[in-house]
Parts: sequence; C-alpha cells; structure tokens
Amino acid sequence: MMVHIDVGTVLRGTVCDLYSNLVTRPTGAAVRSAIEQQVREIERPVLTTIDFSQVNLLDFSCADEIVAKLLLRYTADDGPRGYLAFRGIRDGHIDPIETVLERHALALVSWHEGAAELFGHVTDEELRHWEVVRDHGPIGAREVATILASTEVSAQQQLDQLDRRRLVMRGPLGYSIPGSTWSDA
Amino acid sequence: MTTVIAVPPSLDEQTFEQVFEQLAPVPDGEKLLIDARHARWASPYGLAALLCVAQSRHERADFAVPENPDTLSYWSRTGFFRHAAELYDLHGHVPREREAHESDVLLELTPITRTDDVHGVVGRIQQKAADILHGQLNLDTAVTGAFGMTLSESCQNIVEHAGLGGWVAVQTYRYTKRLGRRVVVIAVCDAGVGFRKSLESSPSHRHSDRWDDAMALEDAVLRAVSRFRHGDKGRGQGLAGIRRFVGRWEGKLTVRSGTARLAITPDWDEDVPMTESLPYFPGAQMQIVIPERLGDAPVRSRTAAPRSRTGR
Repeated sequence: MMVHIDVGTVLRGTVCDLYSNLVTRPTGAAVRSAIEQQVREIERPVLTTIDFSQVNLLDFSCADEIVAKLLLRYTADDGPRGYLAFRGIRDGHIDPIETVLERHALALVSWHEGAAELFGHVTDEELRHWEVVRDHGPIGAREVATILASTEVSAQQQLDQLDRRRLVMRGPLGYSIPGSTWSDA
Repeated sequence: MTTVIAVPPSLDEQTFEQVFEQLAPVPDGEKLLIDARHARWASPYGLAALLCVAQSRHERADFAVPENPDTLSYWSRTGFFRHAAELYDLHGHVPREREAHESDVLLELTPITRTDDVHGVVGRIQQKAADILHGQLNLDTAVTGAFGMTLSESCQNIVEHAGLGGWVAVQTYRYTKRLGRRVVVIAVCDAGVGFRKSLESSPSHRHSDRWDDAMALEDAVLRAVSRFRHGDKGRGQGLAGIRRFVGRWEGKLTVRSGTARLAITPDWDEDVPMTESLPYFPGAQMQIVIPERLGDAPVRSRTAAPRSRTGR
C-alpha cells in the first residue's frame, strides 16, 4: 500500500492554516507527529511518500525534526516497516536537508521530474550499487555484481545495507528504488 | 542619583561598545538616563541593542530622544519608539508613528518572544527580501530562501536560549565607510541568559578553568555545540547554517555575549576574530551583514555539484 503525505497540508492542518514556511523546531516536531499519526492509521504501508512541493521555506530545525527524525525512526532496528520516498524537494530545501542528513549520517531517496535522486551520506560503494538499481531495477544481486564486475556476495552485502537504510526496496522481482514503478509491484 | 549614558552620534555595532562601557559600572537598580539627543544615525543593531539596555535593568530608565528631525523620523519608521515607550520613560518630542514604506527598512524592529513570532517575521519579509536581495543587491535568487532560513534560525536562538524576549530588525543601506557598497543587515539582540549560561545548563557540560564567554561563543558558533545536544545529535545546526550562509555570500557575522565578541570576517573587513574582556552585557547580540554583489562576481557555492549527486 502506498501513502502520499503533503507536508504543506499537514503544516496548515496541524500548526496554522496561514503558514507555508516550515520554520522552527516546535513546528517541525508537530508536523512530524502528525505525519507519524497518519502513517500509523494506515495498516502496514509499504511506501510513504513525503511531498514538500507546497512548502515554501524549510529551515535547519524543521529539516532535522521532520526529515532526519523520520528517517532515524525508519532505519532503526525496531522502526516501522516500509519505506520512505520524498518528492517536491526544491533547490532551496536542499541545503538544510543535506546538512541534517550529513549530521546524522543518513540518506534519502527523492523524486524530481520523474527521476530518482539520492541525498545525504553514502559511501562510494553504496552509491555505485544504488545507481545500478536505479538504472536497471528491479534487479538481483547476481546481475548487479555482473554490471559492477564484483562478486555476488559483495553485491548482496551492499544491497542488504542499502535496504536496511531504506534506499532500495527488496521485492519479488529483485531490488528497486522506493517510489519507482517497480517498487509498487 | 541618575547616571547619564551618552549615545554616540553614529550608533552601530562597534560604537555601541561605548554604551556598554558606560553601563557596565552602573549597579542594577540605579537610575539611568540614556541620552540620545545628539544621535544622528543608528544601525538596526544599535536600535535593537538600545531596547535591550532597558530590558537588562530592573529600574525603568529615562530616554532622551534624538533632537535631529530626520533622525527622529527614521527611528520612528523603524518602530523604535513604539517599543521604547513600553520600556523607557521617553523625554523630548516623539513623532507620531508612520508605517515604514521606505524600502530600506526591510523589517522594522520586531519583538521575538515565541515561536509564532518567528513564523510572522519570516512570512512578512519574504517578498520584500526577494525584491531587495535580488533586485537591488544583485544577489542570486537562491539567496532569498537562505536569507529566510538565517533569519528563522537567528530568531529561534532567542526563543530557545534567551529565556527572555528579544528584537530583530533588518535593513539595507550603503556601507560607505568600509565597503562602498549596499548591504543588507540583520540584527538580532536580547538581554537574556547568553551563550555561556545556556551551555552550562546542558547535562553534558564539563566545567573547566578555561571556560568563559569566549569559549562558549566558540563552542556555539564554530563547533555547533548546543545545550540540547545531549541526547539529540541534530541540535546546534542553526548557527552553523548561519555561518555557511555568511561565508557563501561573502558576508560578516558578529556575535557578542557577556564579555566576548566573535567575528567571522570576509576579505573586505579587518575585524578581529575574537575580542575578550569587554564590558559585561547580558544575553546575545548578533549582526549579519551581506554585501551587494558586484558585476558577475562568482558566488561561493557549498559544493560544486549540481542539484544532487546522483540525479538522472
């Protein structure tokens, strides 16, 4: 099951119907709580898309409260099941988002004009494997290893790590990027 | 007995030290007269800090307003007298307040006490900021969002750390003396607990013999230490973000707290990075100066990468 959450609507519905800027830490915490509540109300969502397209300004405090803390929960061992993808991240949002991702050693998948992007902290190996999944997914570890001229064991380790970090999704057809057509399968 | 504090004719972040010097030896509770009769000009920092002077004293002080009609008119347009009337007993002719239609006052003096105030400030300034920063100061359009973030984070410092309200003001003017260019200036001042006491309240704080206002400023501004950092790695990013914003746009950041003042200085300025043993004044007083960009001067980007490292 896929869930789409418009952060701008959550902001106006939760904090103040006049606000279009995600600023201040209490605002970010309130918006995150509302997002978590929405996700909890839906039984076992597979993919939750967090949409920033209606957000004008995003500051570091809100980026930390919403983006970083949501990702921290999803990547925790006892975190919710399912995956997060982001949409509507504008150029002006990138600096605060990348800053908080680096601070917590996190990364996220974002969709922009139909293409998947990766923001945040990833190793070169993780990045190489993620790009193969993006370009060829759904794909299995053996095929990834062939493309990267590595071993299947090594590719499997990297893909498992990317899956733990919620940057790729494991499905019946192989690994795909959360939010891609294949991830819906 | 009343102690008279003479306000210098030109009141900016540096000359305000003369006010702090005069104030420091005056015991709290002693009557003060802030004499601004001969003041001719004041920066946003000067006006915000004047309000903080009243905030720092238990005894309500007297305030002699400027005699020069142009100065009076300008101070009035910034909203200074509206707030000063609540804090001081004003003496002299105070003009009726008119709205700040002039484009140089980007944000009149605005009190910050709650989170909602930060939303109000950021929301009010956005369109005008875009027009001025891009249209008048020749800055890239990307500056508007970063400017809003900087304003938000600097105001949040008051809400989260000062323990007392403060003021913010934003203005553009020609910085003739040092630069010969137009600048936009953000001043955020409070007379609250200050950086040292704020950081001391953290459970992870370890007191040392070297611990003082200067070290607290270095921790907060240069090392992104926050009193909330204990158990929350995400805290302390606001000032680091402000520092990056200032660096990217070749601006200047100064933060004064207690007896120390830290400056992040661009090539066009010769300020010292750290000044210690200043006359004590409570709270934190911050100024951000972003200069007009000349011609096609390159913008210092945070990374050379395009929108994302792996977009396709």
